Amino acid sequence: MALLEIDDLSVRFATNDGEVQAVNHVNLSVEAGETLGIVGESGSGKSQLSFALMGLLARNGRASGNVRFDGQQILNAPPKVLNRIRAEKIAMIFQDPMTSLNPYMRVSDQMAEVLTLHKGMSKKQAVTEAVRMLDAVKIPDAKGRVRLYPHEFSGGMRQRVMIAMALLCRPQLLIADEPTTALDVTVQAQIMTLLADLQREFGMAMILITHDLGVVAGSCERVAVMYGGRIRETGPVGPLFAEPAHPYTQGLLHAIPRINQGGDELAAIPGSPPNMTQPPAGCAFEPRCPYRREGCDSQRPPLEVFAPDRARACFAPLPDVLARRQTVHLRDIEIGAEDPVEEEATPMAAIAGAGMAGTPSKVDE
Amino acid sequence: MFAYIMRRLAVAVPTLLLLIVFSFILMHLAPGGPFTQERELPPQVLANLNAKYGLDDPLWKQIINYIWGIVAHFDFGPSFVYPDRSVNELVAAGFPVTLTYGSLAFIAAVVMGVGLGVVAAIWHNSFLDYLAVGISIGAQVLPNFVMAPILVLIFTLWYGLLPGGGWSFSDPSFWIMPVIALGTSYMASIARITRSSMLEVLGSNHIRTARAKGMPEHRVIIRHALKPAMLPVISYLGPVFVSMITGSVVIDIYFSTGGIGKAFVDSALNRDYAVMMGVTILVGALTIVFNLVVDVLYAWIDPKIRY
Repeated sequence: MALLEIDDLSVRFATNDGEVQAVNHVNLSVEAGETLGIVGESGSGKSQLSFALMGLLARNGRASGNVRFDGQQILNAPPKVLNRIRAEKIAMIFQDPMTSLNPYMRVSDQMAEVLTLHKGMSKKQAVTEAVRMLDAVKIPDAKGRVRLYPHEFSGGMRQRVMIAMALLCRPQLLIADEPTTALDVTVQAQIMTLLADLQREFGMAMILITHDLGVVAGSCERVAVMYGGRIRETGPVGPLFAEPAHPYTQGLLHAIPRINQGGDELAAIPGSPPNMTQPPAGCAFEPRCPYRREGCDSQRPPLEVFAPDRARACFAPLPDVLARRQTVHLRDIEIGAEDPVEEEATPMAAIAGAGMAGTPSKVDE
Repeated sequence: MFAYIMRRLAVAVPTLLLLIVFSFILMHLAPGGPFTQERELPPQVLANLNAKYGLDDPLWKQIINYIWGIVAHFDFGPSFVYPDRSVNELVAAGFPVTLTYGSLAFIAAVVMGVGLGVVAAIWHNSFLDYLAVGISIGAQVLPNFVMAPILVLIFTLWYGLLPGGGWSFSDPSFWIMPVIALGTSYMASIARITRSSMLEVLGSNHIRTARAKGMPEHRVIIRHALKPAMLPVISYLGPVFVSMITGSVVIDIYFSTGGIGKAFVDSALNRDYAVMMGVTILVGALTIVFNLVVDVLYAWIDPKIRY
């Protein structure tokens, strides 16, 4: 049995312009210790999917379907049940570390409250444990820094604090919602390396939500590509990147700029994502698809297994799609984990970041 | 922080001096004077009165004499209209009254306003929200000069529960109607500000983080949402507190409380220069102090603000 089983999950938002179908009939599973990447452009529903798992949808959002964690139904579970799972079993880190930490509370208080709540620790024990976790995410002088406020940390350091806070209860699953999007490229690599290390150390599973294929290539075992609130393709990261079987996956991979690429223009997928208040009757990608054929605009392609462990939702014959792909080598786009250059860069940059964080509190706001 | 407060208080001195000079000049620019009456006084009597109160001096000399009296003796001069009473005595008699019902009305307005606003925000778009918004709109559009007679009608004339006017420091039944009449519309404004500010905070990212920690919703609100939601409310409350404790002429007249609000309006109508100046300075000084209190509270809540 998988650690997390998502079965027919849909998310709807009631808005003044009508119902937004953010996520449609998604099936996914995550094994213990595994890393699943969920990729898609803005508005593809990937973040709402993760909020739905945690019961964190905005007030006008409704989720339907089944989500079982360790066999227990958690979707739309009562707050009491959810609150015992949040942070303790499933933790989450968010896109924007600037605003996701409480600006009015000391880091020590924000971290300690997780442990006093779930582990019944005293405040003092909890702060000691918080310092230990800040050490684990490589924040220099954690003991001195724990009493600071979030604005006294740099962006990368704040994301480290977020990560430390999420890991306090040693969760079995970490959901990372675009953890590096708001950060500098150099800091991105450090954070991804850190996440990979911690995941190994703690043996937890991870769902990595991102629009950055480089991040996925570097740290995920399996990938699900989302478009228009539906899963378009799933598979192990190597084969999926080497032989993208869905036109959208292919478009995404081609759109990554490469250092040895000629010409002046960046490749892009023409057109824009569908309006999910009035989702198209057929395949949502049809208007932008180079392989579109008759029937694509009236019927939805189902997600079908076409090779062991791989599935795609497309009517275009597989050989046609594969024939037109451009080869993408994983190592060309990869960010993080196995890159020796980045690892060397880490301590230097970490010290630079620490220097920033150590400057006395800013004057006058 | 201490140095900042000292600095602000030091700046308050020239501010108050400017306030005195400007009010003094404006007051004397207004036509008429304390001894202008329907039947004019004989010129000799008027000249004697003006000489007695120093009104025949040039304006700059009057201002200097007035400021000197305050600085040297804390003497705000005699009332021009009630010859046997000084401004100090008039303020000492009226201010405790307005301070009492004003502070009570303030506390009631804050507690109920913040309560209504928070309830409305938490149960946004529910029946409770509409009820809270309805109450606050109703309270807002009901001016105190309509509210006061309705209260008297109900509680004094129909049910005979409360005295319809007058004031006693020992009997709280005299306080109730002034407090309700004064506090209601402020409560409504506080409720509206709290509601919108709370709604904004509840939608913010750090609240989502707090929920993701598995905290019960009431703890999320108390520990994480209340403080930031209070910032706009606090900046509104500073000046409101001053205007509430310095009273309202409607309340003072309607309930014959003998508060300072009525004294102020009477002094303006009678051109009772000294009383007018005294109350203006009192309100000015309180405004300065409570603006400072607001700024200090801001720094206490928001760690990003450092002076």
